[in-house]
Amino acid sequence: MRKKPWLGPLVALVATWLLFAGLAPDTFVRASNAVTMLRQTTVVAICAVGMTLVIVSGGIDLSVGSVVAFTTVVIATTLRAGASPAVAVLAGVAAATASGLLSGVLVGRLRMAPFIVTLGTMSVLRGAAKGLASEQKIDCDPRGLDALLAPPHGWQLLPPGVWLAIAAGVLASLALRTTRFGRHVYAVGSNEAAARVCGVDVVRVKLAVYGLAGALAGMAGVMEFSTLTVGDPTDSVGLELEVIAAVVVGGASLSGGEGTVLGSLVGALLMEVIRAGCTHVGVHNWVQEILTGGIIVAAVAMDRVRRR
Amino acid sequence: MSVPRLALRDVRKSFGSTVALAGVSLEAAPGEVHAVIGENGAGKSTLMNVLAGVVEPEAGDVFLDGAAWRPRVPARARADGVAMVHQELALCPHLDVQANVALGIEPTRFGFVRAGITERIVEEGLARAFGRRPVDPHARVGELSVADRQLVEIARAVATSRAAGGALRLLILDEPTSSLDAPDAERLFALVLDLAREGTTVLYVSHFLQEVSRIATRFTVLRDGATVGIGDVASTSADEMVAMMAGRTDVARAVSRSPRTAGEVVLSARALGGVSLPVDATFELHRGEVLGIAGLVGAGRTELLRAIFGLDPVRRGEVRVGMAVGPASPARRWAQGVGFASEDRRREGLATELSIAENLTLSKLGPSGHGLPRRVHDAASTWIERLAIRCSGPDQRVAELSGGNQQKVQLARLLHHDVDVLLLDEPTRGIDVATKAQIAELYGALAARGKAVLLVSSWLPELLAVADRIAVMHRGRLGPAMPVAECDERSLLLEAVGG
Repeated sequence: MRKKPWLGPLVALVATWLLFAGLAPDTFVRASNAVTMLRQTTVVAICAVGMTLVIVSGGIDLSVGSVVAFTTVVIATTLRAGASPAVAVLAGVAAATASGLLSGVLVGRLRMAPFIVTLGTMSVLRGAAKGLASEQKIDCDPRGLDALLAPPHGWQLLPPGVWLAIAAGVLASLALRTTRFGRHVYAVGSNEAAARVCGVDVVRVKLAVYGLAGALAGMAGVMEFSTLTVGDPTDSVGLELEVIAAVVVGGASLSGGEGTVLGSLVGALLMEVIRAGCTHVGVHNWVQEILTGGIIVAAVAMDRVRRR
Repeated sequence: MSVPRLALRDVRKSFGSTVALAGVSLEAAPGEVHAVIGENGAGKSTLMNVLAGVVEPEAGDVFLDGAAWRPRVPARARADGVAMVHQELALCPHLDVQANVALGIEPTRFGFVRAGITERIVEEGLARAFGRRPVDPHARVGELSVADRQLVEIARAVATSRAAGGALRLLILDEPTSSLDAPDAERLFALVLDLAREGTTVLYVSHFLQEVSRIATRFTVLRDGATVGIGDVASTSADEMVAMMAGRTDVARAVSRSPRTAGEVVLSARALGGVSLPVDATFELHRGEVLGIAGLVGAGRTELLRAIFGLDPVRRGEVRVGMAVGPASPARRWAQGVGFASEDRRREGLATELSIAENLTLSKLGPSGHGLPRRVHDAASTWIERLAIRCSGPDQRVAELSGGNQQKVQLARLLHHDVDVLLLDEPTRGIDVATKAQIAELYGALAARGKAVLLVSSWLPELLAVADRIAVMHRGRLGPAMPVAECDERSLLLEAVGG
């Protein structure tokens, strides 16, 4: 692993924040705005933690947007059927994990290309979500789940959902850096054949990676439900690209073997700071989009140049 | 005789219609260094992979210390104290040295890697493989030289014993010295003998018969996937071993030299320097000659070829191809009639997932940038026949060929392109004796037809046999080219080490 690959993105994050703080000193620097930005990154951030595992292992997961939408539908349906919020959350996360494990089996056991497999699951889950919801939003009483990402009460500092995202990030980061599993994820992404001859159970590593990514996408789905308070089968279209962008901006390599959870979280925050900052300064939406695209390309280009 | 450490009886394995092992038997005692020799495609690599748990045999029995043994996965083999150093380096370039050495055998508690123990195991392995030569356990493996990477692999194999509870029962080395220079190779030999003294049985696969006769006590010869000979190294001459490998006695290790005369200069460099290597290279290459470049691994020979071919930047000096002066891109070089064959066949030289025909014609397609399938096919058939490439046909994937045949495909591409200047980097590395001789004769024939060959090789007998002049590179500086008649192995080696 390269030393501190998240350092570059972190510098970029601070610089961008300072830039907008200078442009809109009255509104942008408020603590309430910082909390709002964190709340709005939570879904992308939790997905990015899972995506980091997948991308470091040399794969890709295009299905996260569909998984998130599917999870909101599952939760809403379960709640409407009269189940408790805990059961609904468990059902949602379990469904998401199952879809991740399915991808893992196809990628690991059958050695199929992750791009194709998850392109398939992306479409399948989107369809399943629409079918389950009869192509409509499912209204229901959120029964407290909406509090997960609501503005925090005084002693909380941050909403529970943001704390959850931070916890997921810390755990995943620890797992990648200090456990045998983490080492094997990097090894598989760096040189799969080498990992195999060294006795790494490549199939199991991939199964675990996609399963965890599914579970995390399910958690992100819970957060999404918390803000939507309905089950929406058409929600989060294109979310996967935002997530992949965050991970790549955070220093991961799409060819595997490189990337850190911290970097990906910083990447996700950076994108949100740019989005929120542009809104505060009053930049048009289309300029924002061009800016975001430019930053993704520039981040990777800088990484290339630095490694010369 | 006591119970053999390793015994194989009639082991067989096929891949599709290709028979890789057609009945291999082998026996090695504890603490024995046992050489496995044979031509390319003789089945050595498959056999080693069977023992390392990478490939599962179809028939036959394997006994380890008298007990029937069939590892289904590499982890099983390593847990039983069987380690392998692979010919194509099996390392993770993004991980550091320590993580690579410990890969697959990390000591853990509740899934967490135990840093202290890992460090000790790795340190021990590194110390044995690298000796006093310094190595940073936290350096990224992708940034190490090829020789250092080879040593990291050896360190990993040595460290395997820790996972097996202390005893390394069997160590398999597949062409371990092909990318090592003399001092590193010497240390490896010492390590092998040390391990043997401690009771480890070493299976040593090599094309270098001098090495075999130095460190092995017994040998097994494979030909076409079957055992054809077993013997004591001490009582068998190198010629006899070669005869068993090839199945005939007259394998010309002495390459016949074709008559040729040097013509005008087609490629020259004056005080050529790259980013860090080469430092200073001046030479002239004439039409109709083979100019050999000797030197140690890491002296800058590969970098010289890469700078000439436009793969690495030229920082100082001048390079001239025919009338064209100055650096140029690889595409320009091809257009100027210069071809390059990389030492890294699998990653740089060939698109191994493509067929022989596609690889052959990669540099020279039709006017609109594509080749008619029929023409491509015919061209490939011609070269397969002319160079005696052993394959199932032009459509076979290059990845399925043995090393020597892959190298022939790489050379055939240059020939098909009909280049005038051939830049060849270690073209016979990791190739068996008979194919080496074939390839070496090929350069001579090319020079006789008016081609110019710049040949980088670490195999001095080859240089002495085929080159017209030889220059030695030492720490990035290229010495003067001497007529081959004034060179011998000793003088070249002395110049290479800077004596």
